[in-house]
Amino acid sequence: MTDALIVIKDAGKRYMRGKQSVQIFDHLDMTIPRQDFVAIMGPSGSGKTTLLNLLGGIDRPSGGVIEFDGKRMDDLNESKLAAFRAGNVGFIFQFYNLMPMLTATQNVELPLLLTKLGPKARRERVNTALEIVGLSDRARHKPSELSGGQQQRVAIARAIVSDPKLLLCDEPTGDLDRETAGEILSMLQTLNRDFGKTIVMVTHDPEAARYAKRVLHLDKGHFSEKDLRQ
Amino acid sequence: MTFLDLVRKNLFRKKLRTILTVVAIVIAFAIFGVLATFQNALNAGVDTAGADRLMVTNKINFTLQMPVAYVQRTRSVEGVKLVSHADWFGGYFRDPRIFFAAIAVDPPTYLDIYPEYQLPPKHRQAFLSNRTALVAGKAVADQFGWKVGDRIPLKSNIFQQMDGSDSWDFTLAGIIKGESARIDTNFVLFHYDYFKGTRSFGGDTIGWMIIQTRSAKDNARVMKEVDSLFANSPFETETQTEQAFAKAFIEQAGDLGFIITAVVGSAFATILLIAGNTMMLTVRERTNEIAVMKTLGFASERIFALVIGESLLLAVIGGALGVFIAWLSSFALQNATGGTFGPMTFTPGIAIWSVVLMGLLGLLTGWLPAVRAMRINVVAALGGK
Repeated sequence: MTDALIVIKDAGKRYMRGKQSVQIFDHLDMTIPRQDFVAIMGPSGSGKTTLLNLLGGIDRPSGGVIEFDGKRMDDLNESKLAAFRAGNVGFIFQFYNLMPMLTATQNVELPLLLTKLGPKARRERVNTALEIVGLSDRARHKPSELSGGQQQRVAIARAIVSDPKLLLCDEPTGDLDRETAGEILSMLQTLNRDFGKTIVMVTHDPEAARYAKRVLHLDKGHFSEKDLRQ
Repeated sequence: MTFLDLVRKNLFRKKLRTILTVVAIVIAFAIFGVLATFQNALNAGVDTAGADRLMVTNKINFTLQMPVAYVQRTRSVEGVKLVSHADWFGGYFRDPRIFFAAIAVDPPTYLDIYPEYQLPPKHRQAFLSNRTALVAGKAVADQFGWKVGDRIPLKSNIFQQMDGSDSWDFTLAGIIKGESARIDTNFVLFHYDYFKGTRSFGGDTIGWMIIQTRSAKDNARVMKEVDSLFANSPFETETQTEQAFAKAFIEQAGDLGFIITAVVGSAFATILLIAGNTMMLTVRERTNEIAVMKTLGFASERIFALVIGESLLLAVIGGALGVFIAWLSSFALQNATGGTFGPMTFTPGIAIWSVVLMGLLGLLTGWLPAVRAMRINVVAALGGK
């Protein structure tokens, strides 16, 4: 592993629930090296998804600093955060979150509409992404015509099509059977190992966490590292 | 895939709902197009009225007569360039239900004062040189299939000939075209002298005079002087600009402009609610998807543009179809009315107004949903809150 891709220093997150302020975590420190594959586990409400949102720039910390690739991102305005997400982060959700009216190809192409790539270059990238996830033969199918596993592969292709450095996965196998989940997790391992993607995966499932290089346990606002492979 | 493809796919994901909304918009724009065409036809006389032309009618009522001798006296008023006169014949051809204006005129001055009526020189000469000649506006000639040289018997529902007949025989000397499609050509003209010499009553009287002033700046003074010239006579006059006269003539039937505006306004207010509701529902149903798009990096401004793009596309599809129907209807209306209410033409002006309304409809119906979409909180939406 080389230098750090993400550094979190003394970060805190507080929400207002009605009139009540709820502290999710405080004084959180974390470093994610490039090409790491880290699984984050923890009980419900421990702040796993909140942490993922902070890493992905869809939420801002209440305090502290978050650096991505050596640059602060916690103080970016909304449009700069949007540009940051488009260029640096791929998201994979539990329920795939594909656009139902678009084909697999069009779903994968969606993030490329934000780039300056021409139609031909976009088509090439989409084809490559679909090849990587093994779904070239389902390119013209809509999500409703695909199985859960196939939909998640399309979602992975969408996440990697703009070649981001970071993939954030929120319970990526939570809606899949064991066998399909294994396929998806192996694919994530491949993306980490062969394509150099840094992956942060939130999961409840210890079996899924075994595919990561390391596992962090988040509880009461603090991390503890565990090795589930032993 | 382009940004526009994305807008289109979003718009047609619930086909039935979109089609029903489009149909409602089509109806609104068709109503607008047809009524605007109708209003345009009614206003054609007002819009095409010459700025330097005045109409002199009997002060009591414009249907009453005045002596033909007024023409000569009016010519002496300072600022008057040309004076012509006309008389209403109340004519029809075979079927009294098919309306057109049949007017007995002083041909040379009348044609000079209305240069927008285009008559080939040969036909003009034929008209001037033959006392029983008649020239027909293109709308009338087309309506009855008349050709130059045809014998045209016209009946009057007002006058009779001295021999008791109510029919006058004419020879069609030419067909008048308007210099633009907005010029009403639903009329026929013939010689006042022929009419005066054969009618059983009316004597040396005319229906109205038309004055061309040297300049529109002279209008106010000429109007005043002409009316004072005939003040305290048995036939007092009322002189007004041709535009004011045409407007007053239309408004005899009520304020049609207001009625048309009210109908069109109601149609658009309804469609604003229908299309606005559709767009609002659309955005509400897609809260999660919009949050996902934001997560992928679509900035709020792009989300705003996507939703506004959808409402604009909806308005343009419905509007364009409605305008097309209105355009087709203008031909049917022209055939059905034969130009009775003026030329039923779907003008470029109506098309431009339609485009403006499409834009307004799209912006107004899309604005609120677009702002709502722009403000969707990604964390809350993805968390199902």
